[in-house]
Amino acid sequence: MTSAILVSIVMTLVAASTPLLLAALGELVAEKTGVLNLGVEGMMLCGAVAGFAVAFSTGSTGLGLLAAALAGMAASMVFAVLALSLAANQVATGLALTIFGIGASSLIGAGFVGRTIPRLGPVFPPALSEHPWLRMIFGHDILVYLSLALVLGVSLFLRRTRPGLILRAVGENDASAHAIGYPVIAIRYAAVAFGGALAGLGGAYFSLALTPMWAERLTAGRGWIALALVVFSAWKPGRLLLGAYLFGAVMTLELQAKAAGISWLAPEVLAMAPYLATVAVLTMMSLGRRSGRLDAPACLGKPFSAS
Amino acid sequence: MTSIITRRKLTFGAAAASTLPLLGRGASAQSPLGVGFVYVGPIGDHGYTWTHDQGRLAIEKEYGSKIKTSFLENVAEGPDAARAIRQLAQAGNQLIFTTSFGFMNPTIQVAKQFPKIHFEHATGYMRAPNVATYNARFYEGRAVIGTIAGHMSKSGQAGYVASFPIPEVVMGINAFHLAARKVNPNFKTKVVWCSTWYDPAKEADAAKALIDQGADMITQHTDSAAPLQAAEQRGVYAFGQASDMKAFAPKAHLSAIVDDWSGYYIKRVKETMDGNWKTGDVWGGIKEGFVKLAPYNDAVTPEARKAADAIRDGIASGKLHPFTGELKDQKGEVRVKAGEHASDEMLSKMDWYVDGVQA
Repeated sequence: MTSAILVSIVMTLVAASTPLLLAALGELVAEKTGVLNLGVEGMMLCGAVAGFAVAFSTGSTGLGLLAAALAGMAASMVFAVLALSLAANQVATGLALTIFGIGASSLIGAGFVGRTIPRLGPVFPPALSEHPWLRMIFGHDILVYLSLALVLGVSLFLRRTRPGLILRAVGENDASAHAIGYPVIAIRYAAVAFGGALAGLGGAYFSLALTPMWAERLTAGRGWIALALVVFSAWKPGRLLLGAYLFGAVMTLELQAKAAGISWLAPEVLAMAPYLATVAVLTMMSLGRRSGRLDAPACLGKPFSAS
Repeated sequence: MTSIITRRKLTFGAAAASTLPLLGRGASAQSPLGVGFVYVGPIGDHGYTWTHDQGRLAIEKEYGSKIKTSFLENVAEGPDAARAIRQLAQAGNQLIFTTSFGFMNPTIQVAKQFPKIHFEHATGYMRAPNVATYNARFYEGRAVIGTIAGHMSKSGQAGYVASFPIPEVVMGINAFHLAARKVNPNFKTKVVWCSTWYDPAKEADAAKALIDQGADMITQHTDSAAPLQAAEQRGVYAFGQASDMKAFAPKAHLSAIVDDWSGYYIKRVKETMDGNWKTGDVWGGIKEGFVKLAPYNDAVTPEARKAADAIRDGIASGKLHPFTGELKDQKGEVRVKAGEHASDEMLSKMDWYVDGVQA
């Protein structure tokens, strides 16, 4: 009985962490090039509604995922044109993108409220995906494995490849990267598009896998948590994975503790737990170094114009 | 704030339906009665706001071209609401429904400026000569689904996905549990507080946690259909909230508490047209048709059906009150004496749980 609960908790935890991991990983890559895109929540909602609309209309979850990635990317391009080409303030543009995403997704989704689709299923055959305890490893859907593979891929790309080095150079010193001939704006466009696609997939994880339906503001603020996770991770993909799963674990355990009737903790305290954990980790990280910069890319949030 | 403003859509409800016939009529025709609605959520929430909008559509159907309705959705509770309400008043509406608790002060404030317009505020307690209040006794519906849960649960445990410990929610939990306990004296109701009205993923995870802990009946006082989907996925039963949510969980959805404001809205529009409108406070339940039950799922056993119908009919006829004594709280203190039942005042301030609730 208890081991069954444990397996179930792990399944819920992984599912709760995956959209955070996807969206945060995309944002991490964008921020590594020096672009702070606060529009994650808006891009997630665009992905969530597009994914649902296409999956519902075509009956294909695969097409839904593709549409979600494209929708997130399209939304990110709105940001890119304003913040990169026109060098608008990134913070203001990002916030505007979130507000735009909330509005656009409710408009597009209006016709899909009250509908439902089959849930995004596990990848592996039932012998593995429904096994009492092997399902902890094999019982997940494609996005879970994709997100884990992407963490590894992004980590290797940033640390071990030449394009990864160039990408980081653009974020650390845009003027120098420009001076030695790298297309700073083009690289930032690519990174923002990648971030948009992953945010779109993260959003679609809600509308296709977690709660297969569309309702306004379906992601309920997870985009902001993803943004915080990037800081938490100190812009390192491995630590981001840890952070996303830690956050997912605290969210899941909070509810499990309440359901189990652990009453010496006030529900309000449990609701605060994930955020307290974030504050605690950030504080510890800041104490560990003399500068308060937390390894942020040096050009983060600064507009660049080649002149 | 900006998000709310940009998202607000001023929609003249069924503009085509109600204004087209108007254009065809002579100028001598009496101008239609304007009826305005202010909603806290989107009409597409498939929940609370949706049910109010169904009421608006019902009065359009009833009175056709004699009235003209309009609504504002996604209006934030608080000072901003006053502007929305004033907008509807200035647009010539004679009767304005403000449908969320947080619109209470703005409604009173705007009503003072427009003494000839009638205002109706849902779930509040502040009234004025031109401001009436109305609310629904949702706890009556919860007593019916609690009865079904008592009969259908094998584990004898229900999971309650709840929002905030306010009296409205607490009385719902108690009503559900008391009804289930009447069927099964050892019944347990476990509550998980989500600290939000709306977060589908969290509501679903709360339902999963409750199922992990042994609940095989899921009920909720949050706004999305996500807990039902979680129940469907795990193969346990659940109840819909505010509207029939069967589409989300065809197997799990045993019934739902359905809010129905149509009757009240039709009546108040008629009174306004006839010049008989008076302020007042209406708290309607099953009897008044404010609270209905969605059709039972085929899985509901004949025995459970019969018992649930008996509770529903008993409440409707006034013979049965869900909070009939003797009721003790968790410390063993008698809150309602044997033979008596809880007063409306007690219900509206309820902050204690009956024995067997784990909250």
